[in-house]
Amino acid sequence: MTPFRYARATEAGEAVRLAAEAGARYLGGGTNLVDLMRETIERPAALIDVTGLAATIKETEAGGLRIGAAARNTALAEHRAVRSRYPALARAILAGASAQIRNMATVGGNILQRTRCTYFYDDAGARCNKRNPGEGCDAIDGFNRSHAILGASPACVATHPSDMCVALAAFDAVVHLAGPAGARQMPLTELHRLPGGHPEIETALRPGELITAIELPPLPIAARSTYRKVRDRASYAFALVSVAAALDVRDGRVADVRLALGGVAHKPWRARRAEEALRGGPATAAAFRVAAEAELAPAAPLRDNGFKIELATRTIAAVLGELAGEAA
Amino acid sequence: MPMRINGAEAALPPDPRVSLLDLLRETLHLHGTKKGCNQGACGACTVLLDGERILSCLTLAVQCEGRSVTTIEGLGGEQGLHPLQEAFIEHDAFQCGYCTPGQICSAVGMAAELRRGVPSLVTADLDAPGIAPDPAELRERMSGNLCRCGSHNGIIAAIAAHCAGAAE
Repeated sequence: MTPFRYARATEAGEAVRLAAEAGARYLGGGTNLVDLMRETIERPAALIDVTGLAATIKETEAGGLRIGAAARNTALAEHRAVRSRYPALARAILAGASAQIRNMATVGGNILQRTRCTYFYDDAGARCNKRNPGEGCDAIDGFNRSHAILGASPACVATHPSDMCVALAAFDAVVHLAGPAGARQMPLTELHRLPGGHPEIETALRPGELITAIELPPLPIAARSTYRKVRDRASYAFALVSVAAALDVRDGRVADVRLALGGVAHKPWRARRAEEALRGGPATAAAFRVAAEAELAPAAPLRDNGFKIELATRTIAAVLGELAGEAA
Repeated sequence: MPMRINGAEAALPPDPRVSLLDLLRETLHLHGTKKGCNQGACGACTVLLDGERILSCLTLAVQCEGRSVTTIEGLGGEQGLHPLQEAFIEHDAFQCGYCTPGQICSAVGMAAELRRGVPSLVTADLDAPGIAPDPAELRERMSGNLCRCGSHNGIIAAIAAHCAGAAE
C-alpha cells in the first residue's frame, strides 16, 4: 500500500473540500478500495472517510425512500419499508458478499465498487485498459467465462459486480451528488458507463463528486418484485447472471414490468427491450421467453461465456414466471 | 480519541495504512484473530466492531477511532469460556483451529442479527416478524467464514445448539 493522507468528514460540503487535492478518494466501508490499495491497483494520495455522513433511510414527500449514501448495506436490507415495498432490493443486497462485508460496505461504496475481472487485479502479469489505458485487454482472448456479453467493447469486457445496483436500476433510482460545482442528481442507469474506448472512465461523475444519497421513487409495482442470482456456489460468490424483476399482471396481461440484469455488462443492465416486448402482452411463459430473447439478441459471446446468453434468457423467463404465479 | 479493544483503551496507529487486523496482531499481540487471505474472502479475521461482525483485514485501524472492538480474547470472562466456545468444543467444530476465532466472533454477531430480525437470502418471507434459526439459515449466514478442514457440519451444529439454548 502506498502512503496516503487520512481525513474524516462529518458532512458533504466538508468532504468535497477535503477531497479537492489531486489523487484524493472517498472512503466508505473500504471492502473494495482497501483491497485494491493493498494490491497497489489504487494509489490514492488521500482518503476522505465519508462513513460519518448521512446514513438515514427516510420517506420522501413523494412517497419513495431517500437513502443516505453512508447507510450500510445491512441497514438497507433490513429496513422494513425496503423489505415490504422494494423486496427485490433487499434480496439483491442479501445475495451479495458476506454478512461481515454487508455490515461494513456503504451504499455509496457499493455503487462505486470496481470490477472483479481477474486481469484487472493482475497488475504483475496482465494487460488491462482500465489500469493502463491503451495497453490492451488480456481478458478478451483469455479466461473470460465471467465476462460481459452485452455492451462490451474491443477495449474492455469487464462486468460490474454489484447486486444492489441491479435492483436500483430496475426501480429507476436517482443518485444525489455533491461536488465542487454544487449539487445535482442523475438516474442510476446513467451513472455507470459502457466501456467504449475508455474503460478507465467508469462513471459519469465529475472530478471530486460524492454520492450523498439514493432516492427510490414511489413504485407500487416494486412491492411484487424479486431478485434471482445464478452463481457457481450457493452463497458468497459473484453472479454469472442475475435478474431483478417486478411484474404487474392484470386479466392475464402484463400491465407493467421492470427488469434489470447483473453479471452481463459493464453496468447494471436495465432490460428495456424486454420490458417493451412485455408491456400489454400476454403474461405467459412463451411471451416471457420471447421477451428475454429480444433482450439478449444483441449479445456478443466471448470464448468462454456463451452459456450466459441462454442462462440469462432462462433466468429472466423463470423469474417472470415466478412473479406471474404469485400474482395469479 | 483512542479506540477500545476488549474493554481496554488502545492508541490509533500513526500510519493510516495499518489495518485493524495488523494492529491487533502486530502491535497489541492479540494473536487470536487470524490472518487468512487478507483480502476479505475467508472470514478468519472476523471481529466485532460495536457489536457487529466485520472483517478486520479490510478495516483501517484509524477508522475505529472512538469505537469498541471485541476479539476472541474478549469474548470469555473471569468465569470461563463464552457459551459458543463451549459449544464448539462440544460439537467438534474444528480440526486445525485456524478459522475458529473468526467463526466464533462471526457466530456471535450472527446471533445478534437473528435476534434483531435481519433477513438472509434464504428467508422466504421478508415481512415475517421473526426468523427461525434453521440449518439453511445458519449456513447462509455463516457463508463468509470458510473452513478448509471442512468442519462446517460441526460448526453449524454448535451454533444451532447455542441458538436453541439462548432462546430457552
